[in-house]
Amino acid sequence: MVASRGRSWIEALASPARVVCFDAQPSVVFANGSLGGSNALFVSVVPDPSSRFARARNGEVGVQEGWAVAQLVRDTIAADRDGSRRSIIAVVDVPGQAYGRVEESAGIHLACAAAVHACADARLAGHPVIALLVGNAMSGAFLAFGYQANRIIALNDPQVLVQAMGRQSAARITRRSIAEVDALGESALPMSYRIDTFARFGLLHALIEGVDADAPSAADVDRVRKMVATASDEVRASGRKDLGHRLESAAARTMRHASIEVRRRLAEQWQDP
Amino acid sequence: MSAAHEQAFALRRSFIELRARERARAILDDASFRELLGPHERLKSPWLPPQGIVAQADDGVVVARGTIAGAPAVVLAIEGAYQGGSLGEVSGAKIAGALELTLADHRRGVATRPVLLLETGGVRLQEANLGLAAIAEIHAAIVELLPHVAVVGVIAGMIGCFGGMSLAAALCSHLIITRQARFGMNGPEVIEQEAGIDELCAADRRLIWSLIGGEQRFQTGFADALVDDDAEAIARAVREAFVAPRTPSRTLQIQRYRQCIASIDPGAAPGAAELRAVFGHGGSH
Repeated sequence: MVASRGRSWIEALASPARVVCFDAQPSVVFANGSLGGSNALFVSVVPDPSSRFARARNGEVGVQEGWAVAQLVRDTIAADRDGSRRSIIAVVDVPGQAYGRVEESAGIHLACAAAVHACADARLAGHPVIALLVGNAMSGAFLAFGYQANRIIALNDPQVLVQAMGRQSAARITRRSIAEVDALGESALPMSYRIDTFARFGLLHALIEGVDADAPSAADVDRVRKMVATASDEVRASGRKDLGHRLESAAARTMRHASIEVRRRLAEQWQDP
Repeated sequence: MSAAHEQAFALRRSFIELRARERARAILDDASFRELLGPHERLKSPWLPPQGIVAQADDGVVVARGTIAGAPAVVLAIEGAYQGGSLGEVSGAKIAGALELTLADHRRGVATRPVLLLETGGVRLQEANLGLAAIAEIHAAIVELLPHVAVVGVIAGMIGCFGGMSLAAALCSHLIITRQARFGMNGPEVIEQEAGIDELCAADRRLIWSLIGGEQRFQTGFADALVDDDAEAIARAVREAFVAPRTPSRTLQIQRYRQCIASIDPGAAPGAAELRAVFGHGGSH
């Protein structure tokens, strides 16, 4: 077991419930704990340095992780089918999907899609799904684990990051230095590596300030837990199960104007053939 | 080659050589094609021009309404010739928005058939986070459609289907592929760059086609139909997909696939034949 932000945050948030690995899969950990007085599933993908899959040892979402997340979430949906739907709290700290030959040939795209499908189905079944970003939320790994949530909450910290491509890869591909890539993100906002810039697109429900992401105090954990609980309660109260609200905030109306305009005009021109 | 074969070959119209608009036309019933948000609307990427890149008037996605075997349909065709078929804010919103309207149709009792013509490397680098966000919304829309209707994907090539859109392809209830297509999450160049040439040599074309080419994807069960590069044959396969009985989505066959993964020795870098034995319909599962 190695320390990671994902692990320390899931342990802190789920406490006193104990975090265990799911179905002999050391990289997918969970706890059934409580959140604001109701039951919640906490789940995270964490590093497993001894993984059989060498490209998935640092917390990446690989074939095993994608399918295990899918199974755990499906098990939760099935268990709650006739009762109150647990909140599902995805503690996100994923540096990327696993990049490897065997991953591709064994269908990592399908493993990740299975996780997407399960998380989206949980949301549609009435489980409030909250993604809490405590570290990296990179590319396909974030699509697989977190991006289907009703609400996305992030810690405002330099190492909390949502991007489609890592800094180093972006630098290599665009033949720029890391500093140039960072500078580019100042003007081309979708390419920014700053979470506070990402927040401007209206995709985040909340950006939590002033928390020590590496070594949170008890008060930090308590504050974050309360914000996650409130978000979960709001989702439950709203009864809303789709992602439409991502385009409704003032931030989205400004910064994702084109996304809204495309939908408006499509609806105008849709009509039956 | 017999005379009949020769004639059939001569009459065959390549689908791969068609641009997105013509591909959509080929899938829809004759003369039923009507484009939404066409190039004349000039709904372009707001993010490319500031980065010194000319923005195409349709942002590389064609939204076409029409009918398929007489039923209302929408075809979402990605133009591989523009920015590598990459998805940005506008192109992504065209697909997500059209799928959301398809869902609204089903909720009011109109059984619109959705088809995705996937020719894409995934997120457009210059619109990074907005492409990623749009792809998450495309995933959400496909999942919400699945209980209502078959969602049919076509990966024809030559670009194939990669990145976040490979997950969209995997979510489709029916996936049609040609031998000329490659299909995976991370392209060979990306793997070589991220993991090194010892992991995968992107120049080793034979190896790559044997692992992620259309034929292997069909033989390992990651695609449902392997079709020739023939516009008529692909349109026929799409029609058949909408009347075929629905089988459980691959994304729901969790135990089966977890067993497959468990039976692989990743250190041994299994080859095409071993993978067919593990994942294929003729395999042990």
